[in-house]
Amino acid sequence: MAAPEMREPIESGCPDGFQYMHPAMRRNFGLWAYHEDPMPGVLLHVAKNGDKVWTVKAGTQRILDVFTLRTLCDIGDEYADGYMRFTIRSNIEYTIDSEDKLQPLVDALKDKGFAVGGTRNSVASLSHTQGWLHCDIPGTDASGVVKSMMDELYEEFTNWNMPNRVHITTSCCQINCGGQGDIAINVQHTKPPKIDHSLVGNVCERPSVVARCPVAAIRPAMVDGQPSLEVDEKKCICCGACYPPCPPMQINDHEATQLAVWIGGNHSNARGKPTFQRLVAAGIPNNPPRWPEATAIVKKILDCYKEGGRDWERINEWVERIGWPKFFEVTGLPFTKYHIDNWRGARANLNSSTHIRF
Amino acid sequence: MADMKKYPTPMLDVLEDGPWPSFITGFKKMRDEHPDERINNVINGLMGQLEHSYETRMGYWKGGTISVYGYGGGIIPRFSEVGDSFPESREFHTLRVQPTPGNYYSTDMMRQLADSWEKWGSGLQTFHGQTGNIMFIGSDTKSYQHFFDEINEYGWDLGGAGPCVRTAMSCVGAARCEQSCCNEHAIHRHLVNSFTDDVHRPALPYKFKFKVSGCPNDCQNAIERADFAVIGTWRDHKKIDQEAWKAYVEEKGVQHVMDNVISRCTSKSLSLGDDNSLIADETNCVRSMHCMNVVPKAIGPGDDKGVTILVGGKRTLKIGDLMGVVLVPFMKLETEEDYEKIVELAEEMVDFWAENGLEHERTGEMIERIGFVNYLEGIGIDPDPNMIHQPRNVSYVRTDGWDEAAEEWFNKKREEKAAVAG
Repeated sequence: MAAPEMREPIESGCPDGFQYMHPAMRRNFGLWAYHEDPMPGVLLHVAKNGDKVWTVKAGTQRILDVFTLRTLCDIGDEYADGYMRFTIRSNIEYTIDSEDKLQPLVDALKDKGFAVGGTRNSVASLSHTQGWLHCDIPGTDASGVVKSMMDELYEEFTNWNMPNRVHITTSCCQINCGGQGDIAINVQHTKPPKIDHSLVGNVCERPSVVARCPVAAIRPAMVDGQPSLEVDEKKCICCGACYPPCPPMQINDHEATQLAVWIGGNHSNARGKPTFQRLVAAGIPNNPPRWPEATAIVKKILDCYKEGGRDWERINEWVERIGWPKFFEVTGLPFTKYHIDNWRGARANLNSSTHIRF
Repeated sequence: MADMKKYPTPMLDVLEDGPWPSFITGFKKMRDEHPDERINNVINGLMGQLEHSYETRMGYWKGGTISVYGYGGGIIPRFSEVGDSFPESREFHTLRVQPTPGNYYSTDMMRQLADSWEKWGSGLQTFHGQTGNIMFIGSDTKSYQHFFDEINEYGWDLGGAGPCVRTAMSCVGAARCEQSCCNEHAIHRHLVNSFTDDVHRPALPYKFKFKVSGCPNDCQNAIERADFAVIGTWRDHKKIDQEAWKAYVEEKGVQHVMDNVISRCTSKSLSLGDDNSLIADETNCVRSMHCMNVVPKAIGPGDDKGVTILVGGKRTLKIGDLMGVVLVPFMKLETEEDYEKIVELAEEMVDFWAENGLEHERTGEMIERIGFVNYLEGIGIDPDPNMIHQPRNVSYVRTDGWDEAAEEWFNKKREEKAAVAG
């Protein structure tokens, strides 16, 4: 029997976006003059020729089912001339060129249960990863963490209460696909991998696993007469980098896999240069289905920032102004030896001056 | 449907409460109300496994290797480790599909995608994953080729997965932002579509990402996450509408303006005139965006627009997080030749890294290992003081090529001067 005929792929790559853009955006491409923020979740952009478009942004559950997707299409058809886009943080956005449709569009989104907001100085929707739903190495869930946290931060998403915008991210392992955030809730493993020596020899390409370790703690070994790998547990930093290339080196654990909170990551070049997030709290239990301990810490940090931050200060700028000792004082979080950097370039993170606030 | 045994999901049920949209409510609707029994069963199995993860605090998916005919990547295979307990979702592969730059869709196209996915997959999708792909989550081994064939016919192609050039990302851009300094769409497509072979057939040391942000606000996190970050900028004076500025001062008062705009300028290049006009020392403006973020009606980017290119940004694995560093301080992107130039630069960079990068080593890590100067020489870019925060401050350096290097610098300056003089 002849083999079934296979279809050759069309290597079209990234498609042209202009065909899916609202005509007012196509018409005014590169010709915008300024924008205003009429209300939370709504942007008004004015073109040089006076054309105006209103954009309505709403938070979604990110993992969309086709029913929800079609609801978003229905709203787009009825109020937004059949166009839609998604933001980097999985918010839906509709852009319209008539103010008459603005309030009905906002109302329709709210009526269907979407959260209108996430613009200007609000807490934006959490950007997140796949978690237990789909990832092969997750230490925790992602969608559930986000749902739990956004339920608690709903008022902060739909209002302008913060000194400046707050981007929160989550990552379900230490590889940190969630990226940098003003606040990041990331998995923190606390124990070295548990190795199933009966499988390593057959499943893992041992030299590549050895090469993956950031601290050279893994070496080839014969264990019970079988080729395997062993970990110098004193050196091991429990990052889990060996686990993806070698699943028998199980890093996840129902107790030892915990959460940590990092703050002050800021990707923008606005005012200061971009910054990476810094560790502020660890030892937080990975506690489904609602992760209340992690949420409480995030809310505490947000409360302090809201109270103490000046207009336009992002979280990193607020802390740089008041100093880290003050940050730990106002948030009540413990300062420990684990906060003091010992990775490459660590000296740059130590204080080599007498600049001290008393 | 009636005889389907539903897995109990007491922990997931808790996630239906609260004001934020609930993915669990969506899943249940698919399980209970979708007309296709196959989908009811798949979602039932998926929820059963997810509940099991919530109860045991462990994940149960493992990877593998699959792709569509003709490609080597683009699909994230997932096989359940607890498939005997939840056989309906035993195979749950994700197809990564490249969106348009800026993530624009028509509702017609969205419905078409939804129809195809409902026919072949689970009916769950994400717009978008962290790399920037549309994630069609949940296809089995016998169906993903059909789904791909169907959407590929009407204009959609797979993105990258594995050691390859990945799907690119761009901000909303010139389509709806006054701060945009470049055509993000054109840059995005010129770059990533010059590498379709490297997207579809993973054969590089590790991943390589392009991200395009139209201005230094960098809404796409390009500097922190992209091997090749393109950031729109301008090199003439920013535009100030003094009437609109004075109206702002009038409205907000001098103290507010001093506290929130003038004194917050990164390079201290702004002052307020006696007549409330905005005085800007343009030679000292570092394009830190603050003033135009606060008063977009009065201040905006200049006319001589282009891009800054940074190299080597990445997240944690393996040596820790790295920011991109300036490779090209300014590049004009207007003519077809300009676009050819940026594509050639990207090709040079990918080629050099493909030859010199170690397995699983990102460009930024390779640069850490070999040194930035060796990298510059490898790809044929001249040193520029905009690349550094400050010159080296440790005396261990061998300088026996100094005179030639200085000569090159002066020659370059002469050439630049001659070019300007025309």
